Amino acid sequence: MAVSLRESVQRVSDPQNLDASVEEVFQMMLSIECKREAGVAVEDKETVTSVVGFGGLLSGACVFRSGAKTAMKIAAQMTGMEFDSVDNTVKDGIGEICNMLAGAWKGKVPELAANCGLSVPAVITGRDYHLHVQAPEFQLHHGYRFDEETFEVTIVCDGLQ
Amino acid sequence: MSEIRALIVDDSSVMRKIVERALRQAGLDALVVHEAGSGAEGLEVLKSKPVDLILSDINMPTMDGLEFLRQIRAQNLAEGVPVVMITTESSEEHVKQAIQAGAKGYIRKPFTAEQVKERVLPLVHAA
Repeated sequence: MAVSLRESVQRVSDPQNLDASVEEVFQMMLSIECKREAGVAVEDKETVTSVVGFGGLLSGACVFRSGAKTAMKIAAQMTGMEFDSVDNTVKDGIGEICNMLAGAWKGKVPELAANCGLSVPAVITGRDYHLHVQAPEFQLHHGYRFDEETFEVTIVCDGLQ
Repeated sequence: MSEIRALIVDDSSVMRKIVERALRQAGLDALVVHEAGSGAEGLEVLKSKPVDLILSDINMPTMDGLEFLRQIRAQNLAEGVPVVMITTESSEEHVKQAIQAGAKGYIRKPFTAEQVKERVLPLVHAA
């Protein structure tokens, strides 16, 4: 019998799954305690965005976005190195964070874990750009804080089979 | 413990460093690491360098980790060397595919150094 999630949108879009995934990835890979916080928004001029696409039972994307300083701090925690610019290692690290967030999030729903693939991460850096998605099936957009740093994670679903 | 030669295959250089650090934290102090950014690069390393342990990602461009595993077996490379997959893919189906392709262990990202220790050290000791 074909697997379908059409009747399970509420379960798939449970916001707690995203919060648990973010906390798990940051705790296990970075030893950082981070918490979701209402009203948190990335307001830095220079930002780093990583996108990992979903394909299969669910199509859409997981998007991580932070200021450049936060991205460098995360990469430093991952590698034990210091960074004074968003170089290829920082981009690589942020791409991996997004990849793990996407994997952890889809892993919360067994049907997605087995029937939804991930793309390799794409990383975008720059100033004054906006991500726009046309009429998604559902979207989760959460802000998180650790120390003085903030970042946003967005799950965009534009199709569910 | 004597010197362990490990091949770490991941398209992310940051993740390769994290895996190396986790292996050292697991107690593999005398570690010699070879790195590869894809399955194809991993095969080239295996043709020229002997290794005692292979850790590989699954989702990689050019040649993914499962095809890398199949090619290791098809080309009779690294015979008897344990391969552990380290990946964001967590379903039973992915684990089954990896085991069928010849993997001896499976670690899901994100992971802790303790998990690496539990799953890798017994394989190193048994090899």
